[in-house]
Amino acid sequence: MNIAYSTELICFLILSAVIVSGSLAVVLLENIVYSAFLLGGVFMAVAGLYLLLNASFVAAAQILVYVGAVNVLILFAIMLVNNKEKLKPIKGLKTRKLISGGVCGGLLILLLRVSITTKWNLPGPSSIGEEATEIIGEHLFTDYLLPFELASILLLMAMIGAIVLARRDVSSPTAYLNDLKNQNSLTDKKIPLLSENSLK
Amino acid sequence: MNSGIDLEMSFTQGVQNLGLSHELAHLLWIPLPMLLVLVSAVIGVLVTVWLERKISAAAQQRIGPEYAGALGILQPMADGLKLLVKEDIIPARADSVLFTVGPILVLVPVILSWLIVPFGQNLLISNVGIGIFLWIALSSIQPIGLLMSGYSSNNKYSLLGGLRAAAQSISYEIPLALAVLAIVMMSNSLSTVDIVEQQNSAGILSWNIWRQPVGFIIFWICALAECERLPFDLPEAEEELVAGYQTEYSGMKFALFYLAGYINLVLSALLVSVLYLGGWGFPISIDWFSSLIGLSIDNPLVQIIAASLGIVMTILKAYLLVFLAILLRWTTPRVRIDQLLDLGWKFLLPISLVNLLVTASLKLAFPMTFGG
Repeated sequence: MNIAYSTELICFLILSAVIVSGSLAVVLLENIVYSAFLLGGVFMAVAGLYLLLNASFVAAAQILVYVGAVNVLILFAIMLVNNKEKLKPIKGLKTRKLISGGVCGGLLILLLRVSITTKWNLPGPSSIGEEATEIIGEHLFTDYLLPFELASILLLMAMIGAIVLARRDVSSPTAYLNDLKNQNSLTDKKIPLLSENSLK
Repeated sequence: MNSGIDLEMSFTQGVQNLGLSHELAHLLWIPLPMLLVLVSAVIGVLVTVWLERKISAAAQQRIGPEYAGALGILQPMADGLKLLVKEDIIPARADSVLFTVGPILVLVPVILSWLIVPFGQNLLISNVGIGIFLWIALSSIQPIGLLMSGYSSNNKYSLLGGLRAAAQSISYEIPLALAVLAIVMMSNSLSTVDIVEQQNSAGILSWNIWRQPVGFIIFWICALAECERLPFDLPEAEEELVAGYQTEYSGMKFALFYLAGYINLVLSALLVSVLYLGGWGFPISIDWFSSLIGLSIDNPLVQIIAASLGIVMTILKAYLLVFLAILLRWTTPRVRIDQLLDLGWKFLLPISLVNLLVTASLKLAFPMTFGG
């Protein structure tokens, strides 16, 4: 066993331990802010696993997208809402937890069975290393062009949806019109009031 | 293409001659450049702090520090020492774990990014293939540390400052990445070494700043915003937010923020010089110059002079930009938060997209000058 192999093994063990314990903590912790920060840690550990597999571009993209964008946005949303408020106790929380735990455990057993019974092609394809960036780009713009474009359309739809939700005057034109009508009726009402006063 | 001086090769060979294995020699080599870069980053910060004090004094017609060492050059050391021995306070009802991890999360990605800064052909820690992309990815971790320290301080000003810092770095990261993308497209590589080498064919005339003037300005504005320097220091706007996310910090934890800010400034200046100002390249092509004297480029003397000239040139260019940043800080007013976001999303983002498009079409039209 040489130095390179043993460092790789130690890194793999540490990273897997971080991922497993971190994701369990994300699900089980009561404090939602801790969960969000730990989620960022889990994403970074996954990027570390990609690095171990010699996929440095995928690792950097993982950090940029999941840690830098997704996790920061989650944190933003959590910090903008008031977290001091205690949540209402939900009826039958214990049975719900038991059911969801059972479903997750079943899924875990299923996945474990698949990973054990599948005949993995060892040692697998050799990694392409530094040229990966170019090859990924080539694939994205040739044989994976349709999924790539579909993903961009999905993002565009999400963006337009967010804008529509954020702008109240666009999302609920009827409410906006009602406001206008109310204003009109108020001004309409004012005229007789004034005239009555002036009559007195 | 000559390979230049390769210190790693000579070191590992020297250690192997002492009778150690190749792997052990490599293991001995690994920490050396890291330590060297860490030390040079800290020294760079000390110099920048001194420059900031002196230049701000000059801008305000004061003398500035003058008793600590000649011209007050030891003043930053005294500052650092003071912060080191100060009491470390964690505010009551603050979240002590997040409060401690926050500053570390801000500092570590910045130091990691020094991995890719080249001072010469082989004078960098690691010539990773994804180079400049690594820096963009790492700098996106920083907002998490800022949010963490803003949230855990249990102070509304801190929380506001943290939220502002995160919003600012998210919005300025996009034009920054697009400006870098235009450069990457021209040099056909993400590696910082390749980007510099592509600029060094004809001295000053082949620097990227002539081919990417718009990109250069976008990058510089975004870099200033990422460093939270005036005119973009909204996260710590002292009139509105006391000191933003740093309000509750003191002692060494505050020093970590301070250090991260200045290391980030020096790093940004170095990267501007790498991307746009020819990195370690001398304004006159070294190849042409050595052939003028009649010495071969592989001559050891020429190699040593070229390498030291490269380091001097990189640092000189970076510090010219640091000087510009300091001068901007002490002469410009702060922008408002809505102006900041408008500038980022409504001006810089469309301009950088157009810049990318123009670069792509120019590359197709003139593959010789814009890198085919």
